[in-house]
Amino acid sequence: MKPPARILIVDDEAIMRDSLNDWLMEDGYEPVTVEDGQKAIDMVRSQSFNVVLCDLKMPGMDGIETMSKIREINKDLPVIIITAYATVNTAVESMKKGAYDYIVKPFDPEEVSHIIRKIISHQQLLQENIILRQELKRVYQFRDIVGKNYKMQEIFELIRTVADSDASVLILGESGTGKELIARAIHYSSRRAEKPFVSVSCSALPESLLESELFGYEKGAFTGAVRDKPGRFEEANGGTLFLDEVGEMKPETQLHLLRVLQEREIRRLGGTGVIKVDVRIIAATNKDLERAVKEGSFREDLYYRLNVVTVQLPPLREREDDIPLLAERFLMKYNIKNNRNLEGISPKAIALLVQYDWPGNVRELENVIERAVVITKHTIIQLEDLPPHIQSFQESKGVRPRKLKEVEKEHIQHTLEENKWNVSKTSKVLGIDRSTLYKKIRNYGLSPS
Amino acid sequence: MKYIDILPMGSIKPDILDILSQHLAKLFPYGIRTLKPLKEPIYAFNFIRNQYFSSKILSEIVNHASSETVKILGVVDVDLYIPIFCFVFGEAQLRGKAAVISLHRLRPEFYGLEPNRELLRERVIKESIHELGHNFGLTHCLDENCVMYFSHSIWHTDAKKSCFCEECHRIINHRFVLQEEA
Repeated sequence: MKPPARILIVDDEAIMRDSLNDWLMEDGYEPVTVEDGQKAIDMVRSQSFNVVLCDLKMPGMDGIETMSKIREINKDLPVIIITAYATVNTAVESMKKGAYDYIVKPFDPEEVSHIIRKIISHQQLLQENIILRQELKRVYQFRDIVGKNYKMQEIFELIRTVADSDASVLILGESGTGKELIARAIHYSSRRAEKPFVSVSCSALPESLLESELFGYEKGAFTGAVRDKPGRFEEANGGTLFLDEVGEMKPETQLHLLRVLQEREIRRLGGTGVIKVDVRIIAATNKDLERAVKEGSFREDLYYRLNVVTVQLPPLREREDDIPLLAERFLMKYNIKNNRNLEGISPKAIALLVQYDWPGNVRELENVIERAVVITKHTIIQLEDLPPHIQSFQESKGVRPRKLKEVEKEHIQHTLEENKWNVSKTSKVLGIDRSTLYKKIRNYGLSPS
Repeated sequence: MKYIDILPMGSIKPDILDILSQHLAKLFPYGIRTLKPLKEPIYAFNFIRNQYFSSKILSEIVNHASSETVKILGVVDVDLYIPIFCFVFGEAQLRGKAAVISLHRLRPEFYGLEPNRELLRERVIKESIHELGHNFGLTHCLDENCVMYFSHSIWHTDAKKSCFCEECHRIINHRFVLQEEA
């Protein structure tokens, strides 16, 4: 729940201050009242407000002067001038001095309500805009990748060390461990962050298409090449090229890639000229590349070119202390995406998530939380919201032992929420009388979640 | 037994008080009593504005609450105001004991329309529940259908329903629990 908007009321008449104060409280705001301009200025210096409602005619410092001084302290704080003396001149003067609006008392309730709501919703939009911009910047920075587990901490330290170099990085890990996320984190933490990050999945395309995708082609290079097309190397120029599932690359493409890495230049398919490229390579695979080298399916010289720095991502089952954090992060993400307001995950469900062995790793956990957010009928994700194969996993492993009081408290809270805090209905469902329920609500300190 | 008391002030027709009493009994887990009527609140009259100051009426209403009274709702038929607004349909003490509503601006005749008793009753019910909602600590709701939506005009009153939205319902049920404990 968002905190209520704070409104500073400046009026020398107590009856006006009180009346406005009471009404703003009823309207869900947090009003603060002061009786003169100097106190208003002190208040704006020491506290934060969303709007100031300032009377025009006050003894000593009047509304216009108060507003000017407030705007010197915080030019973005909207000030609405209120007055019983409406003249065109004062209205014009106050607007010229930077008043957001001007209203005559007694107000039409609709007018004042509309102005305040307009300001607050504009401020919320601005705030959301700032948060979104920060999120965009932050989302791929490694410090925001969830991982308090010591193995992840070691990886973060390694990334920190190598991010600013141009060394190639090979990321190893099972499917779903977040290899691309780490690649992006390296890119966005490096001096190449302002340049493109281009991702290519080497297994998604047939061999012939992968080459044209990577190196581009010129018109007429093959049937269907009706115009020149730059490849991913050119698109990533100055930035980072992420080669996912590099272990799937066929020997001919491997050779082609090796040449580019050695010479730092590419030649488009069907082209004659060379194009200089400055690209950092980050590759990833879930295969055992060392074994592939020994077996001869992956070029040894390319392996060493790619593997200047190795990042080995642990599977999720080896970092179970990160599971609650990750689940919480995904809950926030899918709350926003699905316009829901779930408040958390029940301790039982968390305990099971921690126990489960996650063959699909972080990606599987993300899918499980997304599904739960969509299907749950509760305000807190429960065991029953998890997929059946995870619930049945519980039967074989069991859950953490819990005290009877813990279970009772959670059950009463849950039943109250289900019954919208209707005590009569809840007591019937629980099979206890109302007075016992009241006692338990008090003892457990329960309140609407 | 605890009660919500309805306190008529001036001449209020029994049909209004009866229907109000029936509706409040459905929504609130308390007995509903209609108290002996008081005189019209002339002490709150403002000669400059030609209106009645509702906050002054609230101060008087609260004196008529008994030990069994949970909330007390005054019903008047005069034009109410608070200093900042041109008019109000009613006023309540947020999280307090007393509330007041007026029939004056709820009558279709006030807007130059034909009298309509049923519409008047509906409006009285909505505004009464709204003000009592404030007494139980609810603030204005952004849901235009919810009875706690702030009626800027009579048309907003007509558009909203005479019940709480799910969220306000949940909160007020919790307030009933707290009230019981107190």
